[in-house]
Amino acid sequence: MAEALVEAEPVAVDAAAPVIDLQGAGKTYRTGSLEFEALKDVDLRIEEGEYVAVMGPSGSGKSTLMNLLGCLDTLTVGSYRLAGEDVNELDEVELAAIRNRRIGFVFQQFHLLPSLSAWRNVELPLLYGHVPAADRRARAEAALERVGLADKFANRPGEMSGGQQQRVAVARALVGEPALLLADEPTGNLDSASTKDVLALLDELHAQGRTIVLITHELEVAEHARRVVRVLDGRIQSDTVSSRHANSARSAGAAGAAGAAGGRAPAGAPGSMQAGAR
Amino acid sequence: MSWTETLRTGLAAIRAHSLRSTLTVLGILIGIAAVILTVGLGLGTQKDVSEQISSLGSDLLIVTPGSSTSSEGTRGGFGTRATLTRSDAEALASEVNAPDVAGVAPEKSSQLSLETSETNWTTTVVGTTADWPSVRARTLASGEFFTDEDEATGAAVVVLGSSTATELFGSTDVVGQTVTMSDLTFTVVGVLADAGADSSTDLDDLAVIPLSTASDQVIGGRDRNALTTVYVQAASTDQLSAAYQEVESLLLNLHGITSADSADFTINSQDALVSTATAVYRTLTVLLTGIAALSLLVGGIGVMNIMLVSVTERTREIGLRKALGAPPWAIRRQFLIEASVLGLAGGVLGAVLGILGARVLPDLLGTSIVVSGLAVVGSLVVAVGIGLVFGVYPATRAARLAPIDALRSE
Repeated sequence: MAEALVEAEPVAVDAAAPVIDLQGAGKTYRTGSLEFEALKDVDLRIEEGEYVAVMGPSGSGKSTLMNLLGCLDTLTVGSYRLAGEDVNELDEVELAAIRNRRIGFVFQQFHLLPSLSAWRNVELPLLYGHVPAADRRARAEAALERVGLADKFANRPGEMSGGQQQRVAVARALVGEPALLLADEPTGNLDSASTKDVLALLDELHAQGRTIVLITHELEVAEHARRVVRVLDGRIQSDTVSSRHANSARSAGAAGAAGAAGGRAPAGAPGSMQAGAR
Repeated sequence: MSWTETLRTGLAAIRAHSLRSTLTVLGILIGIAAVILTVGLGLGTQKDVSEQISSLGSDLLIVTPGSSTSSEGTRGGFGTRATLTRSDAEALASEVNAPDVAGVAPEKSSQLSLETSETNWTTTVVGTTADWPSVRARTLASGEFFTDEDEATGAAVVVLGSSTATELFGSTDVVGQTVTMSDLTFTVVGVLADAGADSSTDLDDLAVIPLSTASDQVIGGRDRNALTTVYVQAASTDQLSAAYQEVESLLLNLHGITSADSADFTINSQDALVSTATAVYRTLTVLLTGIAALSLLVGGIGVMNIMLVSVTERTREIGLRKALGAPPWAIRRQFLIEASVLGLAGGVLGAVLGILGARVLPDLLGTSIVVSGLAVVGSLVVAVGIGLVFGVYPATRAARLAPIDALRSE
């Protein structure tokens, strides 16, 4: 554990830096002679402790944005700083290390390895982070407890419900103490009860001060976030405080637990920049 | 990710597809077992043959009557004329003429019918001298061999091979019985101990009589003094080539031939036979091993095939591992370890099967199989090597997958 933390700490100390800082970001895909501009001139800042939903119809570029934010892909133009670290110039191996230390992924299809037990799945990021075996088990156990699955420790994904599997995936995303939790349609494959379950878990994590970026096309899901970024045709169309929280902010003021995290106004996050075609 | 973790992951992946892994291992297993067995069979046969030949005596020279050129210039091949005679054999036995020769056993043999009051049996009748048992490395099971005196007087005594004795009398306890051949009644004075069979003849089916008896009374004929073969025993294995020189020059001298190229006899040594046979079997071994090695190659391609299937099937897993922070080399290592574990498993099991086969098969086939440690160790190294070599391409392909594409694949 110590090893991974020591590695992660030096840059993370830069608390003032936003978790995500995209400037003039663009992504162009090339297939043969065809060029497709999936993202155009996007500026986006997300501060520590924010809960942001990225919304958009399919083909809008939100998946491209998610891949870029998750360091799964690199920018064609512009710059991207993740927790103060410039990731533009990194090679494949360094990007892998960044993903390992900085980002916790939650996918629509859960992406759990069926042959591994819950805790073996959860420990995967720690394995690639060179955490010693004894710490891995303890941390995987703690992460599973956090998502309320301490009793499913040794179960395989096939022995769990969809909601439980997604919670294991969340535990896996949390176990490395990443700067950013990146959830790509996390409720897309879940029934309504499990959806509620997982969204409640994300709310809880947000309340504990986690930075969460949620990609979705469902308004209901997006409204769990404080801030909603709408993407259309590769540009950010709007960047607003979600209606639900705007209301609750009006009625309850800044009393939300997240308010304690400080620095983040309930509405129109100051750091957020809207860049668009218009 | 440490080596032990990688190994654990690899083993888990192999276990997850146990049927497919088993079949892949089987391919390597058969290849390795085949290599070990064919090499072992080749070595074993080589050993058998050289043992068999040297059991006849590695200090032995075999002189046979050879090609001849008649006064008209007509040339004939082996055996066209009876060029070896009793006087040649007597000359060779002389210590003065051939000091490196320890013993001489001239043989005059013919197929004859032996009769008892009950039955008859046609066999090889060999006329020879009293030195025959020591020169041909034969011992007696019962009775005694005939003596020089018997030979000198042309006594009607016979020593039977065990098979012959059994055919004629139904047992080998026949000393003192009589047999008739060419109207002459012989007394059985001894029975030879079993010698088995060489490649062409049953060494236990023969009747041995004094040479003088054979040439004067039994076989006779126009060339009554001619010999079929003369066995010459050198004083020791080291003196074999000296004995060879002496025999050759003496016989050339006696036959009045000046050039060794036109000699009317042929001298063979057991060594020559051994080396010829060994060369033949070595070629055979190389051929068989080559075929076995091909099957190993096919096994290796099987490993590559399975690993490629595995990479395709686990594209999503690879994508996930990469998303979670696995660098390309960790992915490559994981697949290489999987491939080499398959290779090693095949190698170990193949070696076990090969060694077991080497224990069981000789009883069934009647040939010995020599398992060499070198072949076993070599096979294991080759098996792991095959896993690695044929794993490189699939592993590299896995390592190169882009995480986004890999995650999205169905």
